[in-house]
Amino acid sequence: MGRLKDDCVAPTKGPIIPEGGDRAGEAIDLKKGGVDMLVRVGKEAVDFETSAYIEGYGFKPVKLSDYKGKWIVICFYPGDFTFV
Amino acid sequence: MAAVASLYDEFKALNVEILAISTDSRFVHKTWQEMELTKMLDGGVPFPILSDPGGKIGTVYGVYDEDAGVDIRGRFIIDPDFNIRAMEVLTPEVGRNPKELLRQIKAFQHVVKTGEVTPSGWEPGGKTLTPGPDLVGKVWEVWKP
Repeated sequence: MGRLKDDCVAPTKGPIIPEGGDRAGEAIDLKKGGVDMLVRVGKEAVDFETSAYIEGYGFKPVKLSDYKGKWIVICFYPGDFTFV
Repeated sequence: MAAVASLYDEFKALNVEILAISTDSRFVHKTWQEMELTKMLDGGVPFPILSDPGGKIGTVYGVYDEDAGVDIRGRFIIDPDFNIRAMEVLTPEVGRNPKELLRQIKAFQHVVKTGEVTPSGWEPGGKTLTPGPDLVGKVWEVWKP
């Protein structure tokens, strides 16, 4: 097996403010409140960037919008080492 | 998640990227893959497993449970234009049905491609409907549950 990579050296942004305003591309500040749920069916997905483990590769930052142009399924789940 | 992974070839064939995400760190994801998932499934989970520290992403997607500190079972389908097409959120006790996920993706892809709409329980090859004034009040003629 080749050596796995670690590209997760810089902090990731988490949820990202969408294009259009002055602060586009910045991280969404959840502490400011007013964010209960931003996503809606039929509306644009909220972009985010975070670290990931990818089998055979290692650690890599993943940005949702990098997958634009494909069908994407996001599966949230409660935790590793539980039944899923 | 292993159940979704077991149908990975079918998702790939539909040009679907799957991203799993929980509040666990990438380090725990790696260990889980090595210690357990590879034993459930040859090669383990083949898609990226993302980390959501503090549930920030889950909060924006409406699935973060602050009391438990975890993201509950939420599944979102996003189309190539980056629009959310479907969401399904379950409390943790009940697992998902990957076959239903596949069915919904096939239905959305069919709708995007053809402009037709798919009635309840549609499967590929099944009857579709073409919306328009002519269909109003006449659905019963072409489709029954």
